[in-house]
Amino acid sequence: MIDFILQNPILSALLALGGLSAAFGAILGFAAVKYKVEGDPLVERIDALLPQTQCGQCGHPGCKPYAQAIVNGEDINKCPPGGQATINALADLLDVPAPTLDTEHGEYSAVKKVAFIREDECIGCTKCIQACPTDAILGAAKQMHTVIIDECTGCDLCVEPCPVDCIDMVPLPTNIDSWKWALPATNQKPVFHVVANLIATDRRNTSDDKAA
Amino acid sequence: MSSLIRVWNIPGGVHPPENKKQSLQLPLGEIPLPPVLVIPLNQHLGTPSQAVVQVGDNVLAGQLIGAADGTFSVNTHASTSGTVIAIEECAIPHPSGIAAESIVIQPDGLHAWIEKEECADFRALDRLDLLDKIRAAGIAGLGGAGFPTAVKLAPKSTQIIDTLILNGAECEPYITADDMLMQVRANELIAGTLLLSHILHYPEKLLIGVEDNKPKAIAALKMAIASASVTDPEAKKIQVVSFPTKYPSGGAKQIIQILTGRETPSGHHSADIGVICVNVATAVAAWRAVRYGEPMISRVTTIVGEALQTQRNIDVLFGTPISYVLEQHGFDKNRASRVVMGGPMMGFTLLDLDAPVIKTTNCILAPSKQELPAPPPAQACIRCGMCADVCPASLLPQQLFWYAQAEDFDRLEAHNLFDCIECGACSYVCPSTIPLVQYYRAAKGSIRQNELEKEKADRSRQRFEFRQARIAKEEAEKEAKRLLRQKAAEEAKQKLADKAASLSALPQVSQTVPDVVSAAVAKVSSVQVSTDEQKTKLERMVNAAKVTLEFSQKPLVPNKTNPVISEEQLVKQQVRIKQAELKLAEAEKKLADFIATQPVQNPTDAKPIEAAQATSVTPEIIVAAKTATAEVTATIEDPMAAAIARAKARKKAAAIPDKSDEEKRAEQIKALQSRLQKARERLAQAEAENDPNIEAFRLGITKLEERLNEIQNSIGLQTG
Ligand code: SF4
Ligand code: SF4
Ligand code: SF4
Ligand code: SF4
Repeated sequence: MIDFILQNPILSALLALGGLSAAFGAILGFAAVKYKVEGDPLVERIDALLPQTQCGQCGHPGCKPYAQAIVNGEDINKCPPGGQATINALADLLDVPAPTLDTEHGEYSAVKKVAFIREDECIGCTKCIQACPTDAILGAAKQMHTVIIDECTGCDLCVEPCPVDCIDMVPLPTNIDSWKWALPATNQKPVFHVVANLIATDRRNTSDDKAA
Repeated sequence: MSSLIRVWNIPGGVHPPENKKQSLQLPLGEIPLPPVLVIPLNQHLGTPSQAVVQVGDNVLAGQLIGAADGTFSVNTHASTSGTVIAIEECAIPHPSGIAAESIVIQPDGLHAWIEKEECADFRALDRLDLLDKIRAAGIAGLGGAGFPTAVKLAPKSTQIIDTLILNGAECEPYITADDMLMQVRANELIAGTLLLSHILHYPEKLLIGVEDNKPKAIAALKMAIASASVTDPEAKKIQVVSFPTKYPSGGAKQIIQILTGRETPSGHHSADIGVICVNVATAVAAWRAVRYGEPMISRVTTIVGEALQTQRNIDVLFGTPISYVLEQHGFDKNRASRVVMGGPMMGFTLLDLDAPVIKTTNCILAPSKQELPAPPPAQACIRCGMCADVCPASLLPQQLFWYAQAEDFDRLEAHNLFDCIECGACSYVCPSTIPLVQYYRAAKGSIRQNELEKEKADRSRQRFEFRQARIAKEEAEKEAKRLLRQKAAEEAKQKLADKAASLSALPQVSQTVPDVVSAAVAKVSSVQVSTDEQKTKLERMVNAAKVTLEFSQKPLVPNKTNPVISEEQLVKQQVRIKQAELKLAEAEKKLADFIATQPVQNPTDAKPIEAAQATSVTPEIIVAAKTATAEVTATIEDPMAAAIARAKARKKAAAIPDKSDEEKRAEQIKALQSRLQKARERLAQAEAENDPNIEAFRLGITKLEERLNEIQNSIGLQTG
């Protein structure tokens, strides 16, 4: 073996390299088959960022199809329920500059809404059930219908089909659980170039708050 | 005894003016029964309890009025005897100022108790029974967070508890409620400590941690231990540890570190490091619950501030309106800058003074304007680093502040925002008077909300995908059925075709037979559609016809395979066919007779006959099925399609032109007007009833009005 290497240095080097590449190729090939990722991971990741309101305002029948469309090169600013936050997150994921929301598809509303059926006006036609993308409406033919607030995404799709116009989109009320502290009103965006007010003696009543 | 225990130091901390003297001048007081008690169903951390009384019920002091909803919840009891006059949303002490479900009791002035179940020797009872007693008594942490005590006292079996700490640090300025309690109820506290020790399987160390600015409390505790040791040797184990005053040494994680040197890891409970920490007042309440069977209905609260004439500690019933408490202490509204629940560092301003005292109300602070002036406006952060120096959790407050402003939640979590105990030490020292804690609270709230939204979005995705799958499955089933029908139809067609072919293969003499036969079959089968009687009759006829048919068909097989056909055979077959002809003629005649007797049905029958003759019934069914499926698909995709259409319409910024004629418009207007009328009536009704959805109704009306206007305008445009 050693004799062979010493006598044919070039050949043995080539053989060694060839053997190595064959071995690694086999390992890589095996790994590609064994650890194959099912589905399109990018679509899944984009879908995870979309708000899942399933409202169709983006021009696609649901969030997943829009995620697919984004992968196929569509603009990322077509989802009004997600607003700028979703666009930023998408831009982050896809590593593209974040555009502003394309308002042709609708306006962003910070107030979350849910559908509310005025139950005594409902004629039980089940049209709204067929429209609801998340099965958030409960009812049966000729029976009063009602919305499961927790499952309603506020997509607005059930309002149009109702023949007696008894569905309204009402703002989701804040209760003790959903309430949160607001950022202080004095919220100043981080500014690094502010020179004014930078030393402690600029403040009036310095002693006041210490006395508190 | 304190010398036996090493006291550790915690990072950071501040020394704000203590302001504890004011409220300690007077002994523990009491105030008269208020005219009305408002008892919120959620005075603790966790799920609100569920009301178990009704309006008009008479209740006794200590009677259960709100039952715990699940493990992570706490019972609520009536604080005095009286009548339930309302169960409604009332103001509660909460920074949001949002009202919450409360039980309003009008006291009868007797303060009559329910029957109490006393227990002289808690050691005779099972630990689970003791925990049940504590749970039943509605005991929640009195230190401020309101954590259900029974949950805290039942650590997981993997958590071996070696230290029980009674938290009497009370580090926040102004508050002296625990100090006062330790002075006047030292004996009960020692008994409570022994009780908790028993429940926790006698941990090695029983420590009562007190800051060294409460010498009276320390002395009282030591005396109580000495007297208890006479009867109960276990009490000798209890050690009172005093340590230097520093804010915020009263935080659970902080006092654990001070007394044991152990740090609670981020995201863990103290039980994970073998320590359980209970507030002193909670221990006393637990003791009273077990010893005297007394549910928790009152607590010691500090009433303090320069806007009051009397500043002291009182034992006050839960549900007493804070405005009433203030009134009893000579509150001067004009002098007060605000009223705070809790201390100046961690408390919050009360938005509604009618909110009641609840289990977590350790202090009501009514400072004058000089005492606690409105904070000066915040300046830009100068990156001095003072906040980081004082943070007891070793966080980087200015970094957190930066990220909270930018709403960079990932970085906030990476910088352990959730380890912040909101002590306010950083805001206190900040030379730029930035309300740092408020940023952290806002950021924490946003993160929690985002998590909830994420959960909801995941659920929506699941539901949406499930729905898609369900619709696809239904479609597939329909499609399969349709295919099955199609196949059956084709088979039938094939059969008929086969028969026709076989009949036409007969010699020319019998050429007329198939026509007659098929006509008869068709007629017979078509009449089958009518009544039962007819059916049975006609079925018989069909059978007869079929038999004949088969009969005449039989000789055909040898005919084909055997090319040599004798004269005899042919003649025989002709005879047979003749017979069949006769039989069929008979059947036809019968049928004709039947039709004649029922002249009314003739025209209706005629159509199916035609259809049957054309053998096109099955294809027609297929077509119908196809259209039905198409319709179903259309309705399913309709809403989404409509939304997409709407979106597209918006894009073109062009309204869909209304091409209907005048009459239709008038009709539409009429309908809309009546609907508007109805909606207005409903609004009026809603307003009368104070319905929470008034806004929705209003919106509906404006929408209707808009639509009406739109249509009227378009008419105006057309005619004008
Ligand atoms: S616009 Fe509606 S359907 Fe489209 S991605 Fe956004 S939430 Fe989903
Ligand atoms: S569409 Fe309107 S009327 Fe029909 S079931 Fe739904 S709410 Fe009732
Ligand atoms: S409020 Fe939070 S960040 Fe500020 S000092 Fe206290 S623990 Fe640290
Ligand atoms: S104390 Fe205030 S000014 Fe100083 S670094 Fe912290 S936040 Fe900035």
